[in-house]
Amino acid sequence: MADEINSTYSVIMKNITKTFPGVVALANVNFELEEGEVKGLVGENGAGKSTLIKILTGAYTPDQGEIIIFGEKFGALNPIIAEKKGIAAVYQDLMLANHLTVQENIFLGNELSKLGLISKKEMTKKTNELLANLGYKGIIDPLDKVGNLSSAHKGMVAIAKALAKNAKIMILDEPTAVLAEKEVNELFHVVKQLRNNGISVIYISHRLEEIFEICDNLTVLKDGKVVGSRKVEETTEDELITMMVGRELKKDFYVERNIGEEILRIENLTNSKVKHCSFSIKKGEIVGLYGLVGSGRTELARALFGADPIEEGEIYINGKRINRHSPKDSIKRKLALIPEDRREQGLALRLSVKDNINLPIYTRISKIGIIDSKKEKDNTFNFIESLSIKTPTIYQKVENLSGGNQQKVVLSKWLASESEIFILDEPTNGIDVGAKEEIYELINDLASGGNAILLISSYIPELMAICDRILVMREGTIAGEITREKFSEGKILSLALKTENNKAGVRND
Amino acid sequence: MTNNKKINFTWSTQSVVLLVIMAMWIFLSIFTEEFLTITNIQNVLKQVTIQGINAVGATLVIITAGIDLSVGSVVAVVNVLFAMLLVGGTPIWFGVLMVLALAAGLGFVNGFFVHQFRVPPFIATLAMMSIARGAALLISGGRNVFGLPRSIAEFSSGTFLGIPNLFWFLIAVIAFMEFLLRKTTFGRYVYAVGSNPEAARLSGINIRWVIIGVYLIAGLLWGLSGILETSRLWMGVPNTGTGYELDAIAAAVLGGASLMGAQGSAIGAFLGALVMTTIYNGSVLLNIDPFWQRIIVGIILVTTVSIDQIRSKRS
Repeated sequence: MADEINSTYSVIMKNITKTFPGVVALANVNFELEEGEVKGLVGENGAGKSTLIKILTGAYTPDQGEIIIFGEKFGALNPIIAEKKGIAAVYQDLMLANHLTVQENIFLGNELSKLGLISKKEMTKKTNELLANLGYKGIIDPLDKVGNLSSAHKGMVAIAKALAKNAKIMILDEPTAVLAEKEVNELFHVVKQLRNNGISVIYISHRLEEIFEICDNLTVLKDGKVVGSRKVEETTEDELITMMVGRELKKDFYVERNIGEEILRIENLTNSKVKHCSFSIKKGEIVGLYGLVGSGRTELARALFGADPIEEGEIYINGKRINRHSPKDSIKRKLALIPEDRREQGLALRLSVKDNINLPIYTRISKIGIIDSKKEKDNTFNFIESLSIKTPTIYQKVENLSGGNQQKVVLSKWLASESEIFILDEPTNGIDVGAKEEIYELINDLASGGNAILLISSYIPELMAICDRILVMREGTIAGEITREKFSEGKILSLALKTENNKAGVRND
Repeated sequence: MTNNKKINFTWSTQSVVLLVIMAMWIFLSIFTEEFLTITNIQNVLKQVTIQGINAVGATLVIITAGIDLSVGSVVAVVNVLFAMLLVGGTPIWFGVLMVLALAAGLGFVNGFFVHQFRVPPFIATLAMMSIARGAALLISGGRNVFGLPRSIAEFSSGTFLGIPNLFWFLIAVIAFMEFLLRKTTFGRYVYAVGSNPEAARLSGINIRWVIIGVYLIAGLLWGLSGILETSRLWMGVPNTGTGYELDAIAAAVLGGASLMGAQGSAIGAFLGALVMTTIYNGSVLLNIDPFWQRIIVGIILVTTVSIDQIRSKRS
């Protein structure tokens, strides 16, 4: 090959830059992966890990830079070339069809056949060979339905499937998120097996202890840049966290407010997604809730609002314990949830701005079920004006508005409901800088008016710029709380990332 | 800018259908002698009534992104039961109340299974379609029910202010449904559930009663259709109403209802039904083989929806 460069590297990514409207997702990133190396990729939410992986699997085209796979140079990959070159991302939930058998899954789209007829025997034989490579021959039955397997075994099938396509570079993105502790060890065993067979692995995980256990080397990303690469034996969790922090928001939005009495308290809240969560919020207070993806932030908000069932624990509003718990009851108790995914949960996209804004309050602006259309319109005009929602008319379908304006419609909806406790789940997600600042100001105004705010965000600087306190979640539970005078990105991140033994220290810090 | 386009667009789905109707009427007026006569127009209005009521009910269900296949069978069971009650000497008002209650009950059952057990609407109402048809055949022994009072038949041939009695019912149903959909909280919730049930739930809307209410009201409308059908047929026919579900859905879709939910209106449903009725009436007058009617309806349906899809994609 003409462009033969260095054959011990399976992947070299040089000066990769990728921008999205308004955001630089990656800036001049260099990333190398040696044959048979297990490399950890760490960074906060939004640091650029997924973008880098998507460029490597061909889902995104980089704006500039080059990718060298086994010595062959590419300006950009596409999913077909990436697969041919042996790059495979293992997302077990997305890759497997539960109602098909193990071998049907492994050979899906590449069925082994003779004269057009599927050869089951041949497929069973090959499947057993692949499973033997991983040490799972006889443990996973090629003819078993994938739906019947444990999460760990599903993961093995997903890996075997990648191997069946001759994967040489395997990307494991948060592979342990759905695994129990014992299963994690099984996975590590298989990863070591892959390494011994000369396969390179990119390992992405929020659990730093896993990175230390399974990886040879690691690369830290922050704000779309590589901040450093280390051999695992030459670094510590603390050093990594120091490398990951340091992002800043240009402006501080914090305003002094009068903080009143307690309005919401939850004790020991537990369901299938969150465990033993307790905290309280006072009138006029802005409390941040931080956690990495999958830490249970959104799930806590949903349980609190009554969108998901609660198994254990109590919720007190104004000191009164609440019994019945549904979104409808919560709204009556003046709770508002601005959900994370506004398109899926916040808006009826095919309805008008007017209908969306008034949705939670139709019972209030109607008599015997008949809507007072004057109140309905007045209310809509009020919010279009006060939040400066850019829409040609109140009859515009919200699907035709920009992200920022859609978010303002969701906010209006809940402002209209005259709530007193606002749960905002990633309210600034996917909207431009100007609209973000307007939303921070709105949150401040709400709090100054005596409302209680629970602000969920995966962007620490944002929380530090506006909150009185920050609660940090880790693995479905509240790992700690930090008050404003003690805010530091490092502390918050260590609470979110670190293992048990380090937690107590930070809390008393 | 886009907004005007959008309003024009929803309006124009209906205006296109209106133009199609006008074109057909002009064509039929020129090429047949009988079309533009009072008798025939009254006939068309009578024929469109049951189709129209069914289409309004179907539209209501379709707005929630559901579907109801039980229309024809509910019409049949109401028709047969109502006929038998009247033959047995039950006062008309009591018979009406009884069959309306039954029809509403069947609608409730549809809604209950759709919401409570998450049975897909297609399946739940397919089951009801089979059950109600079976019931109609069972209670009548598979035979037509004769011997209804003459007043029943006279009602359907009578007119009020020059307009057939039957058609007044359709006017009332359209007025009621337009009011329900546009002016009431229930109407707003129906559209909201059709657009995004999760957002609706998180906005404090009781989805259960919206879904059950919708199927119940639809059932009630089929019940009304069944009563009017009895008047028109002057007997109970257990096989009546076969294929009504397809006519009703076709009319609803022609009238601008989207099977994706959150779109549709009662006026639109009426226009859709009028297209279908005109085709049926026109092909009789033109001596076209009646078997062609269904083929024409099918072609018009798939063409309209295709045009609609292309245009909504473009916007």
